[in-house]
This record gives sequence, structure tokens and C-alpha cells, in this order.
Amino acid sequence: MKPEIIEKVNEFLTEEFEIDPSLLTPEARIVEDLGIESLDFVDIVVIIERDFGFKVKREDMSGIRTLEDLYKYIDARAV
Amino acid sequence: MNRVVITGMGIYSTIGKNLEVVRNSLYTGRSGIGLDLRRKEFGFRSCLTGVIERPNLKNALPRRMRVGLPEQGEYSYVATMEALKNAGIDMDFLEKNEVGILYGNDSSSIPVIESIDLIREKRDTTLIGSGAIFQSMNSTITMNLSVILKLRGINFTISGACASSSHAIGMAYIMIRQGLQDIIICGGGQEINAESMGSFDGLSAFSTREDAPEKASRPFDRDRDGLVPSGGAASVIVESYESAKRRGAPILAEIKGYGFSSNGDHISVPNVEGPVRSLERCLKDANMKASEIDYINAHATATPVGDENEAKALDQLFGHCKPLVSSTKSMTGHEMWMGGASEVIYSMIMMQNSFVAPNINFENPDEFSAKLNIAAKTVEKNINTFLSNSFGFGGTNSTLIISKFK
Repeated sequence: MKPEIIEKVNEFLTEEFEIDPSLLTPEARIVEDLGIESLDFVDIVVIIERDFGFKVKREDMSGIRTLEDLYKYIDARAV
Repeated sequence: MNRVVITGMGIYSTIGKNLEVVRNSLYTGRSGIGLDLRRKEFGFRSCLTGVIERPNLKNALPRRMRVGLPEQGEYSYVATMEALKNAGIDMDFLEKNEVGILYGNDSSSIPVIESIDLIREKRDTTLIGSGAIFQSMNSTITMNLSVILKLRGINFTISGACASSSHAIGMAYIMIRQGLQDIIICGGGQEINAESMGSFDGLSAFSTREDAPEKASRPFDRDRDGLVPSGGAASVIVESYESAKRRGAPILAEIKGYGFSSNGDHISVPNVEGPVRSLERCLKDANMKASEIDYINAHATATPVGDENEAKALDQLFGHCKPLVSSTKSMTGHEMWMGGASEVIYSMIMMQNSFVAPNINFENPDEFSAKLNIAAKTVEKNINTFLSNSFGFGGTNSTLIISKFK
């Protein structure tokens, strides 16, 4: 896992989604613990393409439950 | 039939971002008009526009509530919060009581334009993001504010061109009078960006007096050369007298009558007969004689034919008693979807403070405006009742009569 991926993801969750940084642990559940809702995943897709340079399918997001899942998903694809 | 009162008002306008600043601007005749030089790059005939900054709502609202708000939605939020505050309504009250919203809005250009630009460039609709759809619909203001404020009553937007928000107040008045609702948040919001004004500029409807922006909006003046587009938002809390009394709310005024009509004529050229019917219907609804009106806030936008025809209509009905008339658009420019509600607020401020705001830049009358009693300067005047006109494209007309509560 590239540390800059965790850093960048945590940065957009803090700055754009205004999530308290202390909640950003790998095991945090994105919907239940971080308060991200269905509409927010659309914006996460936009941000991932902008920040990590690859195209995300909206459907891919349905398999992502924890923050660690999100880190791993990006790590496997980031250019 | 219930009596219908106004218990709160709030404004975010080019002549002030709250009621107190607006009162001072109205009294001193301060113009809110300036230049937006970006319009020249876009090939506009005129860079003249009302000037206003967008509010920063970062600390006021969570992200999910902000991303759906376009420019005029932000203005409307600020105006509505001011109106609710001075009506003595808080979130706790809104959660426990059924409150509605009827707001005027008739465009939301930027989110539409930006979404389409993105689709054309990226060929991927997901990249538009989640906010654009809620920003881009005409009902954006009512859709967003009803969620932010947890409203559970009537909830829709009225699109009636430049009479939108006057009709919104009229509709709220009817619903409350009939006992269908106790409290309705009413108003109008108007975007002010260049993109939304290009097609209107293309009709040569705007003043091109760019060398003196504060002199450009000249309703009723012989040398007027068109309107100046403007914007912002204005909110009023319309309530049944019984509800206001029960809550111990401040009663600022009573809505006495609403009149409306459609010209059934040209899409952009107003006539005389349509506004006359709207005025007559409003007087009849209020059960008032023309001589009981102390002040008329005219629609007058400073287009040559619009002002002429409104002057003829006013002279036809008020020629024998000649109440004071002014167009606050001389200061604000034409606030379009917002204008009906904002001009009710400007007139309410005048009624509360016993003055008639000046129709600035009224230097020489023409043949028709010479027949009206136009306040070229601020006039100290006790106002018991005022009338406000709003007319729009397609020949939609709206008139409201509002009095001090007695």
C-alpha cells in the first residue's frame, strides 16, 4: 500500500467531505461510521478520477465497505 | 376567510445584504449597479449589472446541503434565515409544525451549462457530480430549502418570469386565506451571472450607459435606454393572523389583495389592458378604492415601452388621486424572479419607516410619466397601504396590496 494513497484519500475526506480526521481509521465503515451516503459516492468517483487518474465505475463502489477497502481499490489501480 | 399577515422578512440584495443596510440604501437612494467586464469577452452589448458577492455558507450548512445550492439558492438561504429569525421561527418550531414554501425562480443556468460542457468534453455523466441536478432545476430553491429547513407543508416553485415571486406571495395569500396552510415561506431568488443573461442582452433590452453605471437604470425618465439586470434573493414569512397571534409573532403588515392577469398578446411587448385588469382585480380583492393607496412600487424596469404602458395603466386607474409612485429598480436594477418579493420588502421597509424611496435618475418625465406623481427624491410620508406591480414575459401580471396591520 502506497502511503501517499492513504494520505490523499484522507485529505479529500477531510477537506471535501468535512469528516473529522480522528474517524479516519482503516476499519471505519464508510456509510455507517463516516456518514457517506449514496449521492456522495458519485462525488467520490469524480475525485478519484481527478486525483488518481483512472476511471471508476460507479458499480465498483458497491463492494467498498470500509476505508481500507477504498485504499486497496485505489492502490490496485492508481497510475 | 383567514386574515393573512407578514411576520418576517429577509433580503440579500445589491443594495444591502440585510434589512438594515437596505433601509439605509433606500432612504439615501444608493445604487447597487456596476460593471461586469467579463461580459465584454462574451460579446455582450452591455456590461451593466447589479453587483453582489456570494455568501460563504461553509460554516452554516453541511456539505450535502451546500452541494445542491446554486448561486441564487445561496442568496435565498441567507434571506430566508433572516426572515425566519425575525419571525421568531427556529428549527425546533419547523420540526413540530407544518410550514410550507412557495418561491419564485425561473432559471438556473450555470449548473446546466457546466454539466453540458462536461458531458461534451468527457463523455461521462458520472463526472458531473451529485449536486448539478439539484442545482439545475427551476425548483432548485424550494427543493433545497425544504430539505434544509425540514419543511412539511406546501412545497413548489412558481415560474412566472419577472412576476414569479409576486405570484408566489399571491398564491401563499390564497392558501392561507382559505385555511389550507398556516405559515408559508415565500420569496424569490435570481441568479446574476453573465452566462444567464446573454440571451436577454441579445434582445437589446439592456441599458448601455456604461460610462455611469449608477445612472443607467432610469425608470420613467425620458432618456431611459433599457433595463439593468440584477439579482439576489428576498423572503417573507406569510402567516395566518390566528397563527401569528397564537405564537406572539411580530405582525409587520397584512396582505389585503392579490390581482393577476395575462395579456394574451405579445411575448415580450407589454400592453396596457392586461396590467389594468390585474390592478382592478387586486383593488376589488382588497375591497379598496384607488384613493386608499398611499404608495405604488411600480414594475417599471426602464425599458421604453414597458414604462410607458405601465404609466398609462396607472394613470387610467389612479389619475384622479395621484398616489406617490417610484420604481426601486432605479437603484437595484431589475431583480426579475426575485423582484416581486424584494419590492414588497422594500415597500414594507418604507411603510415601517414612513418614507417613500426615490426613483433615482428620474430627471425628465416623458409624456406619460409626467401624468404620475413620481418621487424623484426621498419623500417623508406616512404609508398605510402600498401596492406593488410585477409583470413578466408572456404577459403575466401580478399585483399585491399590503397595509399596516390594524
